[in-house]
Amino acid sequence: MALLRLPERVPGLPVLALVLLLVPLFLGNEFHLDIATQIALIAATVVGLNLLVGYGGQVSLGHAAFFGMGAYASAILTGTYGWTSMPALLCGALLVAVLAWTLGRPILRLKGHYLSMATLGMGIIIAIVINNEGWLTGGPDGLAVEPLTVLGAELSIFDHYSVLGLDVSGALLWYGLAALLLLLAVWIARNLVDSPIGRALRAVHGSEVAARVVGVDTAHYKLLIFVISAVYASVMGSFYAHYTGFITPQVASFEHSIELITMVVLGGMASTYGVILGAVLLMLLPQLLTDFQDYEMMMFGLILMLTMIFMPKGLLPTLSEALKRLRSRPATAPAGQE
Amino acid sequence: MNQTLQQRDEMSSEDAVQAAPLLAVRGLSKAFGGVHAVDELSFQILPGQIYAVIGPNGAGKTTLFNLITGLYQPDQGGVSLKGEAVQGLPPERLARLGMSRTFQNLQICMNMTALENVMLGRHLHLKRNFLAVLLRWPSLRASERTCRAQAEELIRFVGCGDYVNAEAAAMPYGALKRLEIARALATQPSILLLDEPAAGLNSTETAALEQLIRKVAAGGITVVLVEHDMKLVMSISDRILVLDYGRKLAEGTPREIRDNPDVIAAYLGG
Repeated sequence: MALLRLPERVPGLPVLALVLLLVPLFLGNEFHLDIATQIALIAATVVGLNLLVGYGGQVSLGHAAFFGMGAYASAILTGTYGWTSMPALLCGALLVAVLAWTLGRPILRLKGHYLSMATLGMGIIIAIVINNEGWLTGGPDGLAVEPLTVLGAELSIFDHYSVLGLDVSGALLWYGLAALLLLLAVWIARNLVDSPIGRALRAVHGSEVAARVVGVDTAHYKLLIFVISAVYASVMGSFYAHYTGFITPQVASFEHSIELITMVVLGGMASTYGVILGAVLLMLLPQLLTDFQDYEMMMFGLILMLTMIFMPKGLLPTLSEALKRLRSRPATAPAGQE
Repeated sequence: MNQTLQQRDEMSSEDAVQAAPLLAVRGLSKAFGGVHAVDELSFQILPGQIYAVIGPNGAGKTTLFNLITGLYQPDQGGVSLKGEAVQGLPPERLARLGMSRTFQNLQICMNMTALENVMLGRHLHLKRNFLAVLLRWPSLRASERTCRAQAEELIRFVGCGDYVNAEAAAMPYGALKRLEIARALATQPSILLLDEPAAGLNSTETAALEQLIRKVAAGGITVVLVEHDMKLVMSISDRILVLDYGRKLAEGTPREIRDNPDVIAAYLGG
């Protein structure tokens, strides 16, 4: 039995770090590296969304709006007002936290799926504001974003940098930064889940009444996790804006919110590494289906439906359960002979 | 609000005179539509007692539990815990005041392991500082380690030692009933309410449950139980409250209840 348990406890974070380290070696060109960087940033967003959806059992249909607010706050504050990147990012995150708190506080006192409705409405409103307030946001034409500044130095994908005497492209450095951000996002998410706060959240999902009778203020924790996941989205939105150098209202659209939710559902709710897999697959999908771009939303809808019907737990949890079953079968036979 | 405060004052002065019951219920009423589920009910539970609430189906036993533990709001009347008026307080506030309970239909978090369910019960006693959690400070790790050990001990105490690391969803019914008691005990309650703890258990399991309840009471925890198993009730209770149509039919020691003509009539359909 002891031998059987060993492989079940894979140290997730080191494995993820190793994978992220090896990925650039297998990427053929700058275009692949660009996709990998975007995947890492979106995956980090989804890790935050999973805290709310997977662990807290609350669905946000407007998470792209938080992502978009972070992106536009960074773009506008650095571009129009000449701020440096980090204060702009923090200001965006603070703005999003206040909005999420204001919206979530009255709604999360209620049981049921009211948060989905409220975030749906909020997402649509924010998308409309970004589209219409062209003087500030550039409207449907989008907005160019200044390169990221870290400690006074610009990090642009078009430049080359000397790191420890080596000549490194800005694109590769950006990939490294995105990978670090993803690792940080996972580390914080795992810390949260495996803590009194995480147990309280999962209990809200498992049995809210049980959580309450042992003293968990469920409304408080639902609100806390909603704000945290919104801040995750905002911060990643800021980095995404600096990375791509150009943003359009699409980043804050309802379609983008659905994409994020689909990544969580496909990868596996309440599975931090599963949702990263979900993000990887669904970010690669449009690259594979470039000829069928018009059908992209349809594909997302179809994937969402099929996942719900055939593996409601999501990809990674379903796979790991199947693996466990496979493993226990041959192993139990000799154990019986002893 | 003012009225509540006033009631609170009246109650605490009354309690000071009497022999300080741990839980006192006064004139408690709750109606659903036209049905009086609990009707002008009053009783007191002294510290350290094992107190049973019995009655035919639909007598209002579970409604009474839900009123006492804050899941329902009473229409009228008061509940006081350690002399403090607590009617209308939400369950999470009552947990802080030392009240814990289990449920007739299990309320176990099936998305967690047995250990995690009991660790959840330690919630109020743990460090929950947000930054410490995010960055996993050493002080938090230490507090989690202690919590884990305490939870394991409690799981063994209720006789579920084989299931410490089991997924709750994979545990048998009888073990889950005891796991729920372990979780309630993890809050370190001064009063524990058990809603039909023996329902669905076989006679061996019921005998083990009886021993467990005695051990809990011996540890200084006041136990209130709703139960249909008369053998269990008569054997462990210090006092019994009989409900019928939401009203008090009788109250007394097991012997008094057994000999009470009203109770016999209600149960045998007089």
